[in-house]
Amino acid sequence: MSEAAGGGATSKKFLYVNRKAPYGTIYALESLEVVLIGAAFEQDVSLAFIDDGVFQLSKGQSTDAIGVKNFSPTYRALGDYEVTKLYVEKESLDERGLTLDDLMDVTYEDEDDDYEEKPSIRVVSRSELADIMAGQDVILSF
Amino acid sequence: MKFGIVVNEGPYTHQAADSAYQFTKAVLEKGHEVFRVFFYHDGVNNGTRLTVPPGDERDIQKNWTALAEEHKVDLVICIAAAQRRGILDANEAKRQGKDADNIAPGFRISGLGQLIEAGIEADRLVTFGD
Repeated sequence: MSEAAGGGATSKKFLYVNRKAPYGTIYALESLEVVLIGAAFEQDVSLAFIDDGVFQLSKGQSTDAIGVKNFSPTYRALGDYEVTKLYVEKESLDERGLTLDDLMDVTYEDEDDDYEEKPSIRVVSRSELADIMAGQDVILSF
Repeated sequence: MKFGIVVNEGPYTHQAADSAYQFTKAVLEKGHEVFRVFFYHDGVNNGTRLTVPPGDERDIQKNWTALAEEHKVDLVICIAAAQRRGILDANEAKRQGKDADNIAPGFRISGLGQLIEAGIEADRLVTFGD
């Protein structure tokens, strides 16, 4: 652990777990603010979307009628911050009658593959997500 | 072991603030280190000195302040979350043209980078919230 104090080459695996719908509470927005600031620290970052958190990635969000800022375009910019792993739990989608087609297109340019545009969203099962969680150093749950 | 603590809910409405305080106190009494306590979301409201709970109830802000004084615990309030919710120190009040500040002794206001740093530096980052 002591080598981390120098802030050098060591990096940790950070997973941000998003559990709440995008509007109704501020958790989703303030989670995204942590992700964006955290991107500057060059850690190994992943996001997970479970429960109502899967609605954060819904296509065609419009907040005109509720007087709240629509921050959903920010998810599509995550690739520019080198945040490229967005795990969406399949069971949570199923329970809400959603499929991958209901979600935004979030992509990133893979610098290791001639900057080919690739999807950031990966639909995973509950048990796969449990394995992903088990492999993390730091989990922040919102 | 070195702990980082995250407090995501305000005082009194949720148990989270009390649990975080009791956990932090227990960790210190066992001889562990607390790298930082970071207050986020409504958790920033733990750091106003203007709460006046009834005399026969625990005073959550004073509990935190006492912990900071006794154990030199770093209590950090997220600036972005604090600005939304009206938690200001003297500098911020002046900078934002507000006529008062309300931060409690032992707390300081800083950025979200302090949360990430706590995640990097601590052996365990423990979150208290809903």
